Amino acid sequence: MASFTAAEQLARRHRFQWWETLPWIAALAAFFAFPNYLAFGTQVLITILFALSVDLVLGYAGIVTLGHAAFFGAGAYTVGMLASHFGWTEPLSGLLAAALVAGAVGLVSGLVLLRTTGLTLLMLTLCTMTLLEQAANMGAAWTGGFDGIPGLSFGKILGLFSFDVLYFRSQYLYVLTVLLICFLIARTLIYSSFGQSLTGVRENLLRMHAVGAPVRARLVIAYAISAALAGVAGGLFTQATGFVNLAVLGLERAAGVLIVLILGGYGRLYGAFVGAVAYMVLEHFLAKAYPTAWQLGIGIVLVVVALYARNGILGLAETLRGKRRQRSAS
Amino acid sequence: MDLITILLGGLASGMVLFIVSVGLSVTMGLMGFVNLAHGGFAMLGGYVIALSMQHWGLPFGWALLLGFIAIAALSVVLERLFYSRLYRAGELDQVLFTIGLVFVMTASVTLGIGPTSQSVVLPDWLKGQTDLGFIQYRTYSLALIAAGSLLVLALWLGFERTRFGARIRAAVDNRRMASSLGVDVGRLFTVTFAIGSGLAAVGGGLGAEILGLDPNYPLRYLVYFLIVVSVGGLGRVTGVFFAALLIGVLDFVLKIYFPKGGTIFIYALTLMLLLARPQGLFGKKGS
Repeated sequence: MASFTAAEQLARRHRFQWWETLPWIAALAAFFAFPNYLAFGTQVLITILFALSVDLVLGYAGIVTLGHAAFFGAGAYTVGMLASHFGWTEPLSGLLAAALVAGAVGLVSGLVLLRTTGLTLLMLTLCTMTLLEQAANMGAAWTGGFDGIPGLSFGKILGLFSFDVLYFRSQYLYVLTVLLICFLIARTLIYSSFGQSLTGVRENLLRMHAVGAPVRARLVIAYAISAALAGVAGGLFTQATGFVNLAVLGLERAAGVLIVLILGGYGRLYGAFVGAVAYMVLEHFLAKAYPTAWQLGIGIVLVVVALYARNGILGLAETLRGKRRQRSAS
Repeated sequence: MDLITILLGGLASGMVLFIVSVGLSVTMGLMGFVNLAHGGFAMLGGYVIALSMQHWGLPFGWALLLGFIAIAALSVVLERLFYSRLYRAGELDQVLFTIGLVFVMTASVTLGIGPTSQSVVLPDWLKGQTDLGFIQYRTYSLALIAAGSLLVLALWLGFERTRFGARIRAAVDNRRMASSLGVDVGRLFTVTFAIGSGLAAVGGGLGAEILGLDPNYPLRYLVYFLIVVSVGGLGRVTGVFFAALLIGVLDFVLKIYFPKGGTIFIYALTLMLLLARPQGLFGKKGS
C-alpha cells in the first residue's frame, strides 16, 4: 500500500467516488417526488451551474470577483436576443452561442482586468458588470431596456422534447443534463494539471512565478472558461423562464451567487450544490412568509459564516468528521 | 439650464458623496478592509437624524450631532466585536461579512421602522432661495457646498498638521513600518473608523434630500461610494474630495443631458481610470 507513487496517489484521489453519484440521484429523485416544484427545481439547478462557474475562478484560481453576473447576463441576453430578433429558437445551439459570447466577454475582460488584484480587481469586475447592465438598459431596441424581453418561446430540444410551460418536466431534465455535462467539464478541468496550476496560483502566487508557470495566461483562460459556464447558466435561465430582464445582470445576482457558493463551501466542487439547495430552499419557503425576517436571517448567517465557518457547510461537515475520526483513533 | 446652475447642483451632490465616502477611504487605506457596509452607517445615521427630529423635535444641528455620536459609538462596538477579527482574513470574507451586515441593517430598519422612505425636514433658514448677486440658488445646496468645503478644510488640517494625522498618513503609506515605529495602528483604526462612520451618518442625514433615505440605501449607493473611493485613491482625503466632486458633477450633468443610461459614462471612465492607475487619481503607487 505504501509504495504508491505520487502520480498514482493523485490519480486515486481524482477517481470518482461512490458518493459523487448522490447529488444526481437526489436530483432525479426530486424529479419524481416533487412534480409540483419542478419550476423551482430548475432554478436551483441553474443556480448550481452558475455557482459552479464562480467556484472555478474563486475557489480554485482565487480570483475574488463581484461581477460574475456579467457573464450570466451575457449568456441570458444572447439567447434572448437570438430568439426575439433572429427567430433562432433552437435550444442547444442557443446555449452554445451563449457560451461563446459569455466566454468571449470573459476572455476580453479577463485579459484587461486580471492584471490587477485585490480591491482594484473587485472594483473593476463590479464596474464591468454595471457597464453591461447600463448598456442593456440603454440599448432598448435590442434588449428591451428596463422591461427586458418577455414571452420568449423556444423550439424542441433535439427536435424531440418541447418545453412545457406548466409542469417544467422537460426543462428540469434538460437543465439537469446540461448541468451534468458542464460539471464533468469542470471536474476534469480542476483535476487536470491545468487545474493544479490554478490551485498553485491561489496558494502561492510568488512561487508559481518562480517556477516559471504562465500565471496570467492560466488565470485568463480559467476566467474565460468560467465565464462561458456562467453564460450557459444564463442561457438556460432565459430558455427555462421564457424571459430575460435587467435583473440577470444586477449586483444582487452577483452577490447572491457568492453567498450560495460560500454558504456551501468554495473550492470543493460540491459546495455549489449544497449551497444552492440550502439557500434556495430556505429562501423559497421562508422569504415568502417572512420577507424581512428572511433577509435579517440570511444577514446573520453570512456574518456568522464569515466569522466562524469560513469553509461553509461542507467545510463544517469535514471538520466534524475529522474530529470524530480523531476521537475514534484515540 | 445654464452652466452655473448645473455646476452648483452637481457640487452639492458631490459634497454629500464626499461626506459619506471620506471615512471609507481612510479606513480602507489604513487596513485594506473592504467595508461594503459603510453605506449602512450612512443610512442608520440618516434615520437617527430624521427620526430624532420628527419624534423629539430636535433642531437640525443637534440631530446631526446626535447622529454622528450614535453611529460613531455603534461602529466602535461593531469594530471591536467583529471587524477586528477579519483584518487578516481575505477580501472574500470581508466582503461576505459586510454584505451580511448590510442585510442585517436593511432588514432591521424595515422591521423596526418600516419600508417607506423618510425625509429630513429642513429648518426654515435652510429653505428657499439665496441671492448670490449673479444668480438665485437653493439655500440648502449652497449650505451643503459650504459645509463640505469647511469639512475638507478641517480634515485636511487634521491630516497634515496634527500628530494624529501624521500617524494616519504614515500607516496608510506603510502599515508595517508605522507599527514598528510605535504607531498603534489598531487603535488608530478604531478611532478613524468611528470618525468615518460618524461622518457617514452626518452625510446620510444631510444628503437625504438628494439621495433619499430608505432601507435599500446602502446597496443602491454602494457602487457610487466605492467608485468615489477608488477613483480618489485609498486613504487620501483630498483625493476623495476631488473624486466626489468630479463624480457628483458628472452624474448631475449626465442625468440632465442623457436621462436614460447616461451614467454609463461614469462606469466606463472609472474602468479606464483604474486600469491605467490602479491606485486611483491621487493615490500613491504600491500603497
